[in-house]
Amino acid sequence: MTADVQTGPAHAVPAPTTTRWHEVCAYEDLLPERGACALLEGIQVAIFRTFDGELFALSNFDPFSGAYVIARGILGTRGGTPTVASPMYKQVFDLRTGRCLDDTEVALPTFGVRRTPAGRVEVAL
Amino acid sequence: MDVGGDTRRRLVVIGHGPAGHRLVEALRERDTAGAWQITVIGEETRPAYDRVALTSYLTEDAELAFPAHGPGVRLHTGDPVTGIDRAARTVTTASGAVVGYDALVLATGSSPFVPPVPGRDLPGVFVYRTIDDLDALRAHCAARPDAGGVVVGGGLLGLEAARALQGLGVDTHVVEVAPWLMPRQLDEGGGAMLRRHIESLGLTVHAGTPMAGLEAGPDGGVARVRLSDGSAIESSVVVFSAGIRPRDELARGCGLPVGERGGIVVDATCRTADPAVWAVGECALVDGQVYGLVGPCFTMAEVVADRLLAEATGGPGQAAFGGADTSTKLKLMGVDVASFGDPFADRAEGTLGVTYTDPVGGVYKKLVVSDDARTLLGGVLVGDATTYPTLRAYVGAELPGSPEQTLFGGTEPAGGDLPGATVICSCNNVSAETIRCSIRDEGLTDVAAVKGCTRAGSSCGSCVPLVKKLLDAELVAAGIEVSKAICEHFEHSRAELFDIVRVRRITTFTQLINEHGRGRGCDICKPAVASILASLGNGHILDGEQAALQDTNDHFLANLQKNGTYSVVPRIPGGEITPDKLIVIGEVARDFGLYTKITGGQRIDLFGARVDQLPQIWKRLVDAGFESGHAYGKALRTVKSCVGSTWCRFGVQDSVAMAIRLELRYRGLRAPHKLKSAVSGCARECAEAQSKDFGVIATERGWNLYLAGNGGMRPRHADLFASDLDDETLIRYIDRFLMFYIRTADRLQRTASWLEGLDGGIDYLREVIVEDRLGICAELDAAMERHVAAYSDEWRDTLADPDKLRRFVSFVNAPTVPDPSIAFAPERDQIKPVLLAGPQLEVVSR
Ligand SMILES: Cc1cc2nc3c(=O)[nH]c(=O)nc-3n(C[C@H](O)[C@H](O)[C@H](O)COP(=O)(O)OP(=O)(O)OC[C@H]3O[C@@H](n4cnc5c(N)ncnc54)[C@H](O)[C@@H]3O)c2cc1C
Repeated sequence: MTADVQTGPAHAVPAPTTTRWHEVCAYEDLLPERGACALLEGIQVAIFRTFDGELFALSNFDPFSGAYVIARGILGTRGGTPTVASPMYKQVFDLRTGRCLDDTEVALPTFGVRRTPAGRVEVAL
Repeated sequence: MDVGGDTRRRLVVIGHGPAGHRLVEALRERDTAGAWQITVIGEETRPAYDRVALTSYLTEDAELAFPAHGPGVRLHTGDPVTGIDRAARTVTTASGAVVGYDALVLATGSSPFVPPVPGRDLPGVFVYRTIDDLDALRAHCAARPDAGGVVVGGGLLGLEAARALQGLGVDTHVVEVAPWLMPRQLDEGGGAMLRRHIESLGLTVHAGTPMAGLEAGPDGGVARVRLSDGSAIESSVVVFSAGIRPRDELARGCGLPVGERGGIVVDATCRTADPAVWAVGECALVDGQVYGLVGPCFTMAEVVADRLLAEATGGPGQAAFGGADTSTKLKLMGVDVASFGDPFADRAEGTLGVTYTDPVGGVYKKLVVSDDARTLLGGVLVGDATTYPTLRAYVGAELPGSPEQTLFGGTEPAGGDLPGATVICSCNNVSAETIRCSIRDEGLTDVAAVKGCTRAGSSCGSCVPLVKKLLDAELVAAGIEVSKAICEHFEHSRAELFDIVRVRRITTFTQLINEHGRGRGCDICKPAVASILASLGNGHILDGEQAALQDTNDHFLANLQKNGTYSVVPRIPGGEITPDKLIVIGEVARDFGLYTKITGGQRIDLFGARVDQLPQIWKRLVDAGFESGHAYGKALRTVKSCVGSTWCRFGVQDSVAMAIRLELRYRGLRAPHKLKSAVSGCARECAEAQSKDFGVIATERGWNLYLAGNGGMRPRHADLFASDLDDETLIRYIDRFLMFYIRTADRLQRTASWLEGLDGGIDYLREVIVEDRLGICAELDAAMERHVAAYSDEWRDTLADPDKLRRFVSFVNAPTVPDPSIAFAPERDQIKPVLLAGPQLEVVSR
């Protein structure tokens, strides 16, 4: 093995300029109460479909571990708040705001997400 | 043994028994600056071990060693100190080593007293003090099956030794010179009742008859014990357990004052007449008394640690020895005997003795109280000592009820009422207040945590029920209902949820939370319920709604690693693998660029797989005959084995075959936590079975089963559960053990802490599993049969199901694109993960 560090494209979240909706997948491709990840213009977006059919989108980057894994967390509620728990060290985040409920200093970027009348899921960047 | 050119102060400790060990640990714990450089010189060949539990070394081959001291402590064993030069501040050992000290602690303990009777030096005469003594005793008895034997001394230790000797197959007699057994603890009534219990165990008691001497047989070894009334007991083994004498010979040799009847004279800080020399433990005479119990020895060790630390830092030491609780409980299976406080206080004026005798039930109880019948001064319990921990704690305090009520067990005092200063654990000198504070300050919620934090209950264990009461009372007082709720979504404990799911035949999380919970669950209850559903056999763990409940490991049937990749662990039952299969693993690792490592469980872990690679990797493995190793699940991991009797010169059973059989039987079994096992082919224990949840060690006649061991963060030696089992009985007991654990444990509770929290411990477990005390064995057996019949390889099934396979992509919108955030760098000819810098963290709200 002599290869140098293999790097992928840059991962910075671009500053929000004009919102553009990106089609991701069919609504039915998302499991209820589970997440999936979309790669949109080099950005990893974690998309969740909760039990009641609502959709949420957050950054897939877990700031506590430095890995891109948020989409693989377990969904749930804390009090009335819909949440996702990072699969790495289990910090819990508010699906609506991205705020970490275990460490209020930290928040994940959130993205707009919607289901089109044709049953497609779209994310706003 | 040069202590080097160190400028730190030199502490030399003579004797590595419980007291010496505790002193070093206490000092090391607090001496964070490392002011003292510690050298310990011990006479025994092995480092310190738990002498209190010595008998279990004979009866169950228990491992007694205390935890090793951390780095920085020089431990020199097998070389007794022979002299102390106080002027030069050096000690000399038998091997001629000379070690200088700034402070010297004598922790030389005591030696058994052997009365000067004729024949006491004959072969076949033993004492009962060290592991070496027991090894010699065992070897002697093994060579003389059906021998008769005598234990001289009917005190606490003598009776313990007698029972152990009986366990070695010896027809055992106890000779006690006093008119009744345990004369130092029991009054005549208690002694008489105890005698009945002891005789019912098959031991013969001779009390009130002094011994005249020992007589040799034709082989020159001891053959009989002659009593002063002229009668003789045929015995080819004799064990002296007639009291102890402090080992003060070193002190005498260097001119330090010793007591009239022995013991190194020390003040309340445990310092001798020489300010640089201290004495702790059974060799010390403190307050005019030598203590023969480990509790006071520990206290002395703590006192000296405190003083030494103060000396090094220039501060004043605080600790002093303020007397000790000498309550004791006989450690004999099946005989409850205890004394507490001063059991003879009723011989004094102004006190009352209240006794209760039940000749049928074999119960004798006595309480000694102040003459207003309120303050408890002491007492004796024979035949039923369940109230011992509580009563002991009440010594010197006011009883909450009348002595009669207390005796009849009507109003057993509750833990909450105990005065703070009462000592709950006398082995480690822990007061009720200390326990309460640590519960409050550290937020402790279970007995195991209290044990770990305060040491209470960690030595002889007799106070554990009381610790539990204090804990419950404290939690209730804090308004923390002793809540068993697993999380905010269910008010039930995991065990209760298990029963609900089992009895009501619930098959989905949605049904369970709708009918028995609230909200929508979380990362605590969802995997717990997923595990319960899987334990009860509800098909593939990724079927239907179950998939969404699973932790990412179970969801991808692989183990998440720090950079978001997964590791792959195929099952290698018993650690046995063919060359062809080894080659396949190598080829798969090479083709997918995976990092490989041999695990502690005798299999091979392949690291660095992306989720989208997992099905391709597993296709290759399954095609080659591998199946899931469940390394990702709270399930059986591996059953390790040594090579066993097929190859090994020492093996007595085929440990590999048994390990494979067990691993294949329990593979895929979901449990509250992971399960590990091992099978060793002989007593050398190369497979380390005693550190496993269930461990099996071969014997000449079958298998010994050990339960609830643990490596890891809180290591625990497994308890011997049953001996010399045949294959079928072994498997039946393990079946029941696992199913009972699965039914009743808390979430993420390993078997070790489960057993520690189980009321009645291993004895209770034996009643449940062997005697079917709860009448559930048939159910447990059936549940395991269902598991075995329903087992199917999770990876093979996943590969056959396109719906499940669709989830194994990094990106829903780009299933063929590998995750660009995953990167590796080379290290030692393999890969290692590299984390890339992430995006800036800001809340982007739209
Ligand atoms: C079978 C048995 C059961 C017991 N059960 C209980 C019980 O249930 N509850 C209880 O409270 N207590 C019990 N005890 C008593 C308890 O074990 C002792 O109180 C405790 O061991 C005392 O510790 P120690 O360190 O002072 O002395 P020891 O344990 O005697 O250790 C002293 C060590 O110093 C070494 N030594 C001596 N001289 C020298 C020298 N010159 N140089 C170097 N090393 C030297 C000795 O070899 C020994 O290893 C029991 C004891 C036995 C034997």
